[in-house]
Amino acid sequence: MAGTTHGSGRTGWILSIPALILLTVGAAGPLLIVVVYAFLEPGEYSGVVWDFTTEAWFRVFFERDIFDDTVTFADAHLTIFWRSLKLSVLTTLIAFAIGFPTAWFIATRPPNKRAFWLFLITIPFWTNLLIRTFAIMEVIRNQGLLNTFLLNFGIIDAPLQILYTDTAVLIGMAYVYLPLMVLPLYAAIDRFDFRLVEAGYDLYASRMKVLRRVILPIVRPGIVAGSILVFVPSLGAYVTPRILGGGKNMMVGNFIELQFGQGRNWPLGAALALLLLMIVLVALLAYVRVTSRDDANG
Amino acid sequence: MTEAAVEARSARKEYGAGEKKVRALNDVSVVINKGEFFTLLGPSGCGKTTLLRLIAGFESPTAGMILLGERDISTMAPYDRPVNTVFQSYALFPHLSVADNIRFGLTMQGTPKAQVDARVAEMLALVKLEAFADRKPQQLSGGQQQRVALARALAPAPEVLLLDEPLSALDLKLRKEMQLELKRLQTETGITFVFVTHDQEEALTMSDRIGVMRDGQILQIGGPREIYNKPVNRFVADFIGETNVLTGTVEQGGVRLPTGDVIAVDNLDAAIQGTKVSLAVRPEQVRIGDGALQGRVAETVYFGTDTHCHLRMSDDTEVVARMQSPPSGDTGLQEGQTVSFDFVPGAARVLED
Repeated sequence: MAGTTHGSGRTGWILSIPALILLTVGAAGPLLIVVVYAFLEPGEYSGVVWDFTTEAWFRVFFERDIFDDTVTFADAHLTIFWRSLKLSVLTTLIAFAIGFPTAWFIATRPPNKRAFWLFLITIPFWTNLLIRTFAIMEVIRNQGLLNTFLLNFGIIDAPLQILYTDTAVLIGMAYVYLPLMVLPLYAAIDRFDFRLVEAGYDLYASRMKVLRRVILPIVRPGIVAGSILVFVPSLGAYVTPRILGGGKNMMVGNFIELQFGQGRNWPLGAALALLLLMIVLVALLAYVRVTSRDDANG
Repeated sequence: MTEAAVEARSARKEYGAGEKKVRALNDVSVVINKGEFFTLLGPSGCGKTTLLRLIAGFESPTAGMILLGERDISTMAPYDRPVNTVFQSYALFPHLSVADNIRFGLTMQGTPKAQVDARVAEMLALVKLEAFADRKPQQLSGGQQQRVALARALAPAPEVLLLDEPLSALDLKLRKEMQLELKRLQTETGITFVFVTHDQEEALTMSDRIGVMRDGQILQIGGPREIYNKPVNRFVADFIGETNVLTGTVEQGGVRLPTGDVIAVDNLDAAIQGTKVSLAVRPEQVRIGDGALQGRVAETVYFGTDTHCHLRMSDDTEVVARMQSPPSGDTGLQEGQTVSFDFVPGAARVLED
């Protein structure tokens, strides 16, 4: 008995080696490099100079005037972080509002039809993100499909300026991340025992009350998983805000990229990236804590 | 003077359309009295659950009416009906504690909190689950879950409690206990129970009245004794308990068996002389020892308190006699031995097919 346990333990450890290598080389290593860079001085053209300093962290929050060294609060950084947070939360909400009925629809189809609908949900993954984003651009730009349609039918007099606004970024992100919301929701709803709906009706709960008091609490793990899968990549989104938001509606991802490119301030980029990571962690902890609270108290 | 709690008036339920149309309930009419333990008994697919779902409001009748007292509730939403259900699967809310499951209906009705708390405590005591109030349903045994389902459905004090094969998932011993428990709860609360089952023994032990169903129709409504002793047709006789079915020809004052023996039968009024009929006799109404009938002992089967003796008559008709096992366990009957037997007077009844 003990021998068996010992043997399987050893086998389990051997099996974990590829995962350990991947995690070390792919995640822990780079993360460590970012942490180190965040405490170094920027090189003149790019890269870093190996001198310890907390200047990068100072620069995350404050601007230093080049001429007289006066210090001002870096409200532009705050604006970018705030916009990222706002757009990510909105993206998650939109994805949920569209994704929940979609997942419900699929889960309530006859079992042999569900594979077809799930297949449709996964089709966007077949195409490159960049190409899909350009396709959205084609739809919402001033001479695009949407505006042409609205103009031709006399619904509007002048084209709607959607492209290069926060709305465009929102539309793009909601579209891109929607499947990540639908799939975990589907998995949760699929496991849901629909007889509980009848039990709810039987016990004097109206449709809305059954949804709120029975269905949503039970499929909550799916809602949590879907929201995390949408919120986290939204917060760090790069391609979508870059193309649909134009240069001026930057999100954190674009701002960080800027520091490693034209900005030539790798330490600042590294510090911003770590700040983003911390925001994500805090947001996730808060979210999980709030949503796993017992219903009896709520 | 009995008052109607629930009534079905020519209730019909059809599923599907066109060629595939299935009639699950075929113009059923039944009046269930206030305070009664009424059982709908029948094999699966007989329409008993459909009738229950019509009363609960999960389905609405294709034709006909469902009345609660005097009110037509055919189209009323289930959450507006003062009727609660104990589901076959229990359907307890997995995210809520035992107490919160019981609380659910009361909260949804908008009952003041103090009143709700008192009622929940009362219900927990009623089903003896006070110690489990804070557990989740998954942490309970099948029997305990069953009691939570009962308490949850009884908490809002419904006019009618519907029970959809609630005991079918329990093992035999627990089922027996719960049968008595259910009967006790019904007597204590005075609520009308409509109980659905395919288990004839369950129906006989618990019910005030039984409606035997088949193919979307109610074949017979009556008290357990009436259903058991005076089944209207062969299906009811077969379905409720074990029965010997013999065929014979109607004669003056009785039925002549192929063996030549004539059996006295009470309910011959409608039967025309010379026609072939089926006769039903319960095994416990067959007496071995003396009598006009002869049979060879084909087999004796020991069941503990009872022993079944399979007798073969000269025309090969088999008659099963049930007798109490003697203290020694040995009935003294030898296989192959020929014995005399007869039926308890009034026991043999003519059956409609």
